Amino acid sequence: MKPFAYTRAHTVWDAVAAVSAEPGARYLAGGTEMVNLVREGQESPDRLVDIGDLPLTEVRVHGRGVRIGALAKRVHEHPEVRRRLPVLAEAGLSAASPQVRNVATPGGNLLQRTRCHYFRDVRFPCNRREPGTGCAALRGVNRNNAIFGGSEHCVAVHPSDIAVALTALDAVVHTHGPAGERVIPVEELYRLPGDEPNRETVLDHGELIVAIDVPPTPFAARSHYLKLRDRASFAFALVSVAVALDVRAGVTHDVRIALGGVAPRPWRARAAEDALRGRRFDDDARAAAGEAATTGAKPLPHNEFKVELVRRAVVRALSEVEGR
Amino acid sequence: MRLRCEVNGESREVDDVWPGESLLYVLRERMGLPGSKNACEQGECGSCTVYLDGVPVCSCLVAAGQAEGHEVTTVEGLAEGEQLDPVQQAFVEKGAVQCGFCTPGLIVATHDLLERRERPSDPEIREALAGNLCRCTGYEKILDAVRLAADRKAVS
Ligand SMILES: Cc1cc2nc3c(=O)[nH]c(=O)nc-3n(C[C@H](O)[C@H](O)[C@H](O)COP(=O)(O)OP(=O)(O)OC[C@H]3O[C@@H](n4cnc5c(N)ncnc54)[C@H](O)[C@@H]3O)c2cc1C
Ligand code: FES
Ligand code: FES
Repeated sequence: MKPFAYTRAHTVWDAVAAVSAEPGARYLAGGTEMVNLVREGQESPDRLVDIGDLPLTEVRVHGRGVRIGALAKRVHEHPEVRRRLPVLAEAGLSAASPQVRNVATPGGNLLQRTRCHYFRDVRFPCNRREPGTGCAALRGVNRNNAIFGGSEHCVAVHPSDIAVALTALDAVVHTHGPAGERVIPVEELYRLPGDEPNRETVLDHGELIVAIDVPPTPFAARSHYLKLRDRASFAFALVSVAVALDVRAGVTHDVRIALGGVAPRPWRARAAEDALRGRRFDDDARAAAGEAATTGAKPLPHNEFKVELVRRAVVRALSEVEGR
Repeated sequence: MRLRCEVNGESREVDDVWPGESLLYVLRERMGLPGSKNACEQGECGSCTVYLDGVPVCSCLVAAGQAEGHEVTTVEGLAEGEQLDPVQQAFVEKGAVQCGFCTPGLIVATHDLLERRERPSDPEIREALAGNLCRCTGYEKILDAVRLAADRKAVS
């Protein structure tokens, strides 16, 4: 491990100034991802700027929407989140273990790196970690990799559960950076790998996520997260589905469907949403949505099963949310 | 750098700590507290579980500097002198310890569960301990121990 400096920031401004000033500086929030990456060598910062003391820990309801501080802990336990945004509470609770959830922050969760084995094991080539070295997953064991949005340079999956839920809720992140403040939809935070898989997000160096805003929508309250994995708890998603639904008089007025575990970013299944909107919300419509959700899938040699899993998971998530 | 924090009720100060060290390393190698175990060093097994400011965390995922000024309780801090904590006592009695590597983490995680929840259901126990892996016992004896400790706590 290369030596690095450790400093604590006391204001947002200090934090942004400290990281922006040094190309090798990185933020440290809960540390549950960064400490791993530094130890294993996927990250080798010159400085870690600890933002754990910044006053970004609040969950606040404004109007009917919800603002979540970038450092808010155990957001899934917050009563207003559970009541207004069930999909987010379920996704948060489904992630990691109690010990990790006690420390993890929403900002750090959104910016966690892929769990692709070949990214995590530094002995393998990986274009995401070391541009130009190649993608070991394309020819290796790619069971856990992407069926949507990959390229011939990278087929990694983004592992965050809450990013998928937030995408289904039309949520945005608020950032402060060297160039000022901006607002970015969660879905657009992530870049598809294309021929530059190492550029993972649209954030500038030193740009700090300060909060996540979930706007008031007619579909947030009736929402649900279905996570399918290799064991019942404490595992990343093979396939996950976030659904949020506004049905009026039996007809789907509006709907959001986002998929996890299948793409380098939360994957909005727009074709599946279109299959539902304006139609009666019944078994036929749900089956059509499941079928449509697989549109454009490009499975790899070991993850063909994810296509069928997506189809079934979408149908099941839609059936489960119906009763709520 | 110098690190100051409160460990098991005592204020501790250690010098020459390197920022890249984990809290687990500091506890074991610099403070003489080898109770918390280092198994996976990736947050996946829970063997290194300690309380940090009253909540269980994986100490292998906490950078030393993050603990500065905070309170830590390790498995060593649970017994009262020679008197084992009821959770420890139940683990011994029910044979929930085989190689013992997972035990300190499970004791801390169980201790926390029973502080929050009187007589947890089996699914609640399973979810609360999902972050603690054991490769020896098959978990049945561990569940027995947790239930026994919960019963004793509830009547006391
Ligand atoms: C064993 C294990 C299992 C897990 N399982 C799951 C799972 O099932 N589902 C899931 O979703 N996640 C899972 N995770 C990931 C976990 O949720 C993340 O590690 C955690 O959310 C990261 O948050 P943190 O505050 O600890 O981030 P840190 O480790 O502090 O930071 C992570 C990254 O984000 C950057 N960063 C942090 N905060 C900000 C900010 N406000 N602005 C800009 N940059 C920032 C850091 O520079 C760093 O690059 C798992 C992790 C572990 C260790
Ligand atoms: S050693 Fe910390 S979780 Fe395994
Ligand atoms: S007793 Fe050996 S790992 Fe649990």
